[in-house]
Amino acid sequence: MTADAGPVRCADLSFSRALVMQIHISPNDGVPIYLQLVNQIKYQVASGRLAPGEELPAIRVLAEQLLINPNTVARAYRELEVAGLVEKRRTAGTYVSEQGSPLARRERLKILTERVDALVAEAGQMDFALEDVLALVQQRHAALQTARAQAVRE
Amino acid sequence: MLSPVPSSAPPVIELSRVTRRFGAKTALNEVSLVVPRGGVFGLIGGNGAGKTTLIKHVLGLLKAESGAVRVFGLDPVQNPVGVLGRIGYLSEDRDLPNWMRVGQFMRYTQAFFPHWDEAYAEELRQAFDLDAKAKIKTLSRGQRARMGLLAALAHRPELLILDEPSSGLDPVVRRDILGAIIRTIADEGRTVLFSSHLLDEVERVADYVAILHQGRMMLTAAMDEIKDRHRRVTLRFREPVEHPPALVGALSFEGHGAEWTYVCAGDSRQLQQAAQALGATVLGDDALTLDEIFVSRVLR
Repeated sequence: MTADAGPVRCADLSFSRALVMQIHISPNDGVPIYLQLVNQIKYQVASGRLAPGEELPAIRVLAEQLLINPNTVARAYRELEVAGLVEKRRTAGTYVSEQGSPLARRERLKILTERVDALVAEAGQMDFALEDVLALVQQRHAALQTARAQAVRE
Repeated sequence: MLSPVPSSAPPVIELSRVTRRFGAKTALNEVSLVVPRGGVFGLIGGNGAGKTTLIKHVLGLLKAESGAVRVFGLDPVQNPVGVLGRIGYLSEDRDLPNWMRVGQFMRYTQAFFPHWDEAYAEELRQAFDLDAKAKIKTLSRGQRARMGLLAALAHRPELLILDEPSSGLDPVVRRDILGAIIRTIADEGRTVLFSSHLLDEVERVADYVAILHQGRMMLTAAMDEIKDRHRRVTLRFREPVEHPPALVGALSFEGHGAEWTYVCAGDSRQLQQAAQALGATVLGDDALTLDEIFVSRVLR
């Protein structure tokens, strides 16, 4: 999450731009909105885009950013809390749990399988052999490792 | 903010078996509705479904022929002052005094509402980019909507009523309106009732939904419940069928040949079992959008 990430426009002068999550809500795909939120936050935690200890936006702030009902955000946060992914601290604030990603391995595998399926299908359509894809995966893995190490040094 | 458990507080709006005719047309037919305190209530229905007529009864602008209307526990026709002073209202046609200037209209509206918040009104005027000196007559459609919204919001009403707030507006102004709805309920205990035929907007912000169709209340429930209770089950029968079998819980079906899609209300597992007993294979069991639920309810 970066401070200036969102293309958010909002009339409220008290609107905080400090925490903007990259989440996209589509009421047109049938999946309940709270579940879209849960899935995307789970994905961001599993993929490391949301780090342990990081604070999630306040319910009201995220509701105004995404233009969805605050109760929907509250429900998503509750589900994530029950799943052990986030925790409430004291009275205010919801934070990504410190124990890293507590998602069950099966859950993580499910998310990953969907992404791999999409990748393999797309690679096939673009005429890449499986070896090319595997090589690319390794190459990108190395590049990300380097980038992450650099970020830690800074 | 609304608690997940329905509150025991008295409802903000209560209609019991309200009927209203205009000549030969029955605009509202024994309509009952309970709008609980706190949260957003979305009233949906096509053109001529009776949404505006219902709202006018809540405001006391129309008197029920039979049945009862209570707003904050009061009869809005008998107690217009006690009711209207606590409501912010944006009408569908945004009837604003064209000859006034923006600043003039703000002072004029302020006189009607003892709780008018001058600083908040000014904040909204600037956020909405409304020129205090501009004549209302010269405002664009979007700016008129924002002007009306300002007048509805600046006294921080307990109940905000928006009649088709988004109709005919560009996405930027629609964002302002949705944002205003969300900010209104984020403050404890305040309630929003809005009518719309833009169901994706209703799906985004509503806690409760009521479907009005040809003057009748078809369905009223919490949004989560409506979403949980409706599923689309896709089936493949062993052989092509001309008339697919009636299945338990099915609201509607469509398809051809061997593949048919059922919209199902209630537990879709029952429908699945019934279909499998007939030798059909279940190809999918998916959630529906509010739009699809609405269509299956009114085209039955």
